[in-house]
Amino acid sequence: MDSNIALTMRGICMTFPGVKALDNVDFTLKKGEIRALMGENGAGKSTLIKCLTGVNKFEAGEIHVDGIEGPIVNKDTMDAQKKGISTVYQEVNLCPNLSVAENLYIGREPLTKIGTVNRRKMNQMAAQLMNDLDLDVDVTKNLEEYSLALQQMIAIARAVDMESKVLILDEPTSSLDDNEVEKLFGMMRKLRDQGVGIVFVTHFLEQVYAVCDGITVLRNGTLVGEYTIEELPRVKLVAAMMGKDFDDLASIKPEGIKDFSNVPLEIEAKGLSHEGTIKPFDLDIHKGEVVGLTGLLGSGRSELARAIYGADRAQTGTLKVDGKEVKIKTPLDAMNLGMGLLPDDRKAEGIIGDMSVRENIVLAMQAKLGMFKKIPMAKQIEIADKFIEMLQIKTASRETLIKQLSGGNQQKVILARWLATDPDFLILDEPTRGIDIGTKTEIQKLVIKLAEEGKSVIFISSEIEEMLRTCNRMAVLRDGMKVGEIGMDEMNQEGVMHAIAGGDHHE
Amino acid sequence: MSKLKGLTKKQLFLPIFSMILVMLVNVVYDIACGNPPLSFFQIATQVTTSGDTILFGRLIDVLNRGSEVVILAIGMTLVVSASAGTDISVGSVMSLSGGLCCMLLAGYGVTNVDHYKVPLVVGILAGILLAIVCGIFNGFLVAYLNIQPMVATLILWSAGRAIGLLLCNSAIVYVRVPSFQFLGSYCGPIPTPILVAAVCVAITALILKFTAVGTFVQAVGINKKAARISGFNSSKIILICYAVCGLCAGIAGIVATSRIYSADTNNIGLNMELDAILAVALGGNSLGGGKFNLAGSIIGAYTIQAITTTLYALKVSSAQAPVYKAIVVILIVVIQAEPVKAYFKKLSAKKAAAKEAN
Amino acid sequence: MKKVKISSNNILLLITIALFVVMYGLGCVVYASKGFTHLQTFLNVLINNAGLICVAAGTTCVMLTGGIDISVGSVVAMDCMILAVGMEQKGISSVVLMLLVLAIGLLFGLVQGYLIAYLKIQPFIATMAGMFFARGMTAVISTEQVSIVSDKLFVGLSNAKVNIPFGIGAYTNKKGILQIPYVRPTVIVAILVVVLIYLMLKYTKFGRSIYAVGGNQTSATLMGLNVAKTTMLTYVLASFLCSIGGICYCLNTMSGTTTQASGFEMDAISSAVIGGTLLTGGVGNIVGTLFGVLINGTISTLVKSHGKLNSSWPNIITAILLCFFIVLQAIFAKIKEAKKA
Repeated sequence: MDSNIALTMRGICMTFPGVKALDNVDFTLKKGEIRALMGENGAGKSTLIKCLTGVNKFEAGEIHVDGIEGPIVNKDTMDAQKKGISTVYQEVNLCPNLSVAENLYIGREPLTKIGTVNRRKMNQMAAQLMNDLDLDVDVTKNLEEYSLALQQMIAIARAVDMESKVLILDEPTSSLDDNEVEKLFGMMRKLRDQGVGIVFVTHFLEQVYAVCDGITVLRNGTLVGEYTIEELPRVKLVAAMMGKDFDDLASIKPEGIKDFSNVPLEIEAKGLSHEGTIKPFDLDIHKGEVVGLTGLLGSGRSELARAIYGADRAQTGTLKVDGKEVKIKTPLDAMNLGMGLLPDDRKAEGIIGDMSVRENIVLAMQAKLGMFKKIPMAKQIEIADKFIEMLQIKTASRETLIKQLSGGNQQKVILARWLATDPDFLILDEPTRGIDIGTKTEIQKLVIKLAEEGKSVIFISSEIEEMLRTCNRMAVLRDGMKVGEIGMDEMNQEGVMHAIAGGDHHE
Repeated sequence: MSKLKGLTKKQLFLPIFSMILVMLVNVVYDIACGNPPLSFFQIATQVTTSGDTILFGRLIDVLNRGSEVVILAIGMTLVVSASAGTDISVGSVMSLSGGLCCMLLAGYGVTNVDHYKVPLVVGILAGILLAIVCGIFNGFLVAYLNIQPMVATLILWSAGRAIGLLLCNSAIVYVRVPSFQFLGSYCGPIPTPILVAAVCVAITALILKFTAVGTFVQAVGINKKAARISGFNSSKIILICYAVCGLCAGIAGIVATSRIYSADTNNIGLNMELDAILAVALGGNSLGGGKFNLAGSIIGAYTIQAITTTLYALKVSSAQAPVYKAIVVILIVVIQAEPVKAYFKKLSAKKAAAKEAN
Repeated sequence: MKKVKISSNNILLLITIALFVVMYGLGCVVYASKGFTHLQTFLNVLINNAGLICVAAGTTCVMLTGGIDISVGSVVAMDCMILAVGMEQKGISSVVLMLLVLAIGLLFGLVQGYLIAYLKIQPFIATMAGMFFARGMTAVISTEQVSIVSDKLFVGLSNAKVNIPFGIGAYTNKKGILQIPYVRPTVIVAILVVVLIYLMLKYTKFGRSIYAVGGNQTSATLMGLNVAKTTMLTYVLASFLCSIGGICYCLNTMSGTTTQASGFEMDAISSAVIGGTLLTGGVGNIVGTLFGVLINGTISTLVKSHGKLNSSWPNIITAILLCFFIVLQAIFAKIKEAKKA
């Protein structure tokens, strides 16, 4: 192994039931390098990291780490740590109720002669470590008294102090403000100069260009390429992440630009916002129009939709639905105005896992009717069967538990749940994520069909292709803010990517 | 073999299996004692001193004595399902509602009456209403302040009985009026508590069948976030479950009070919360919330009473019975424990692999 | 200048201590004529609650891991019954019996801890079974009330007085006899337990692991701590302390009955909660628990001093305090969450 290399992974393969999560992926990290690992949802970033740290078991491939002969396979994160691979996650994995010093040294505390914890020595060591890293922290205070950024840095300090050669930072900046991010970067650069190899997973493009030396891009479980930062300007990076693989699907949208200026508005949002997730925005949606929300993960595209729907209650602004001003406090309010939301996290917010397909389909309808007006069983069966057939949901029976279905079919059930309520306005947040290509097309066609029936749709997706095929107009989001709209005439790969990437053009 | 496996996976397997086991123990015991083998199931009639014909027998006894736990189990099942926690205050609330009822009927500070101070209905309704208020208090803490259910209900667990004692001026209040004893004695030949329990179960079953209450409760219990997005008000639903649990405790309290035609605040409903929780667990319901099966809880409740009755038949004193109850609890939870299940799965997988190799 | 650290957790402890001082002060003012101001009244609170202090110390440790132990009341009853029946009916020496009780405590904790830590059974259910078992066993041993009168060592221990030195708090009563305040040996045991547990929680690896497990189990695992082992040992410790508490309790009551110490587990839990221990785990302090017990004890003494109040008032007041503290904790938790978002 090259003495300059901290870590290599070669030909890593890994399958989840039914999905090839990683297909022959390579990854190289030099000593004293900060390398960004980029890719949209489902690209395989976290799977690759989990293979490295022993959380997932990979089926084929080799991992080599500097200083260890032969390929390694880690049993678990502890094992990985012993071999010099440490991970710091987005949620700080420390104990908020213990002091900073304890968090740094727990499990390996300095002891006194009688075997008790030598708190004085521990505090001295901790203070020294903090000092070395230029962190202004009182190590005797509880961790929870410090900002998330400092907690994050303390977590990194712990990892570094355990003599890590490879440091993985998994979305460490998601909850930090600009100032805090800058501090974190300072620390990263310092560690880089000490020879630590750092893998930086993030979805903020600016940050990649601010701190990284190299970029590795994954898409759909395969390696797109390993680049130096100079080789890959923003737009090219976005292109690499989102892919240009025009699949062989014919255009499903009717040709020609439809003019919506004479069609009445379904949704009129003015200055809506939710603190911490989405800054005030305006958005109009006509009846029968499909509006795409585009932007990278974390840009606020889901949050904008959630603010309209009342999933995260909007704190400012006004909303008009069908011309009338309304107040939406809860999702039920939104539903009674004819809205529906298909959330992006299917497992956490979509399916009711222990209920049958039938129960899941009639759920929203039942919620609208209330507790005491039960939909008669015969009607439930009729509705369930109708949608199972219409959406071609593959299930053993309508009484099968939804958690036993494949991801794509689960998604169709949730879609059926909303279609059953006959909504005027549907928000589809990543409706095609993690499902096979055939189902994807079906869902896209369905969206077009709904629009033709006069329903309005917000469509959110990481795949530009898909958005171009289905949307009449797109709103662009960046860093929790709506930064612009793209009309039909400007809607093409290049234009959208420039809009998402920002920076290059204007700065 | 595979059929048997399918059977053991059914939710009602556990409660029915335990019930049959308890009955078998009875049969074996009777044979050993030289009684007719099926004397557990025998229902005989007896003429009381007042000339009424009543039913008696061990089975009737199980049904009769198990009534309170059955009523409590209804509310507890809902609470467990919706909030993944238990309401440990029900025993105290029983005592409290019985105490208020008797206090109103007898008047404050009076310990022995043979006529009502207020109409019977007022007393009973007041007792039940207070219990519902207790339930709402618990539900508010759990649903709106996000306090762990056990902790939230700990407050009334300790205060409920104490307030009951205060209402009764620390004495046992006797209400010696025949109509007051009705709920705890006989309705024709059948013990009234059996009928009360049956009515409660029937009403609940009808509500579950003809309304969507079950769906609402379970959706919240299985996935609170998803339920919210789909338009359910989880906090309100949890609050309602606790209120219903309070209602059940109130009814059970009145029945228990009526049985002894007195408010023995110190002893009514003592440790009853544990039996109710046990009934839910024995019914094959996960204490982690989510899907529930009311029939399971009810069979579970009767099983617990059957165990107790059997132990008495075996000449085990009431004070010693908890030892055996503890063993039953441990057995049930251990066979349901995830690590144990995983271990057996691994074992059977090994066996299958060995078979294939042959 | 060093800034005084005040976090929300410290505030809870400070409120508890302030509450105790106010309550006791109130007693001194209102019931001065009934001897409330004498040191002995305070010492009596300690004497009456020595057993509870030991038990609550164990409960606090369990709660720090995020668990709960509701078996302690029954275990105390079982301990008392073993001691009473052993001495009075079997003629076994009290020393042997006390060792036996401690050994049973260890075994009890081992079984409960194993069920909870390794078989992942909910603490509430596992210890509920323990509660049933111990209460039933008490009755299996004997259903009568057995008073301890014969064992000289045990009776001697029960009646022994340890005078407060240097004449602190001494006074002459109306008959002109000098009264020297005293405590019982059980109080010394209880104070020793509190000090040792305080040091253990603060200065040993095990103690810190308890906090880490309660703070965040996932983190604790990722930081290389053996969560299951820590959890199990905590339950063993709690049951052991419970047995020590059982002996102290028995030295107070000098009898064994099937119904005694019922509701003791809730006294222990409410003391810990009032003392600022969070039921969610990770936050709390044995000193707080000590004050929690003292508050409970003071309430009883106040109600007794009044003389005419219903005996259920202490329970009701404790419940109100419990409610107050639980809601306060919930509010602090909400504020913390809001700060994070």
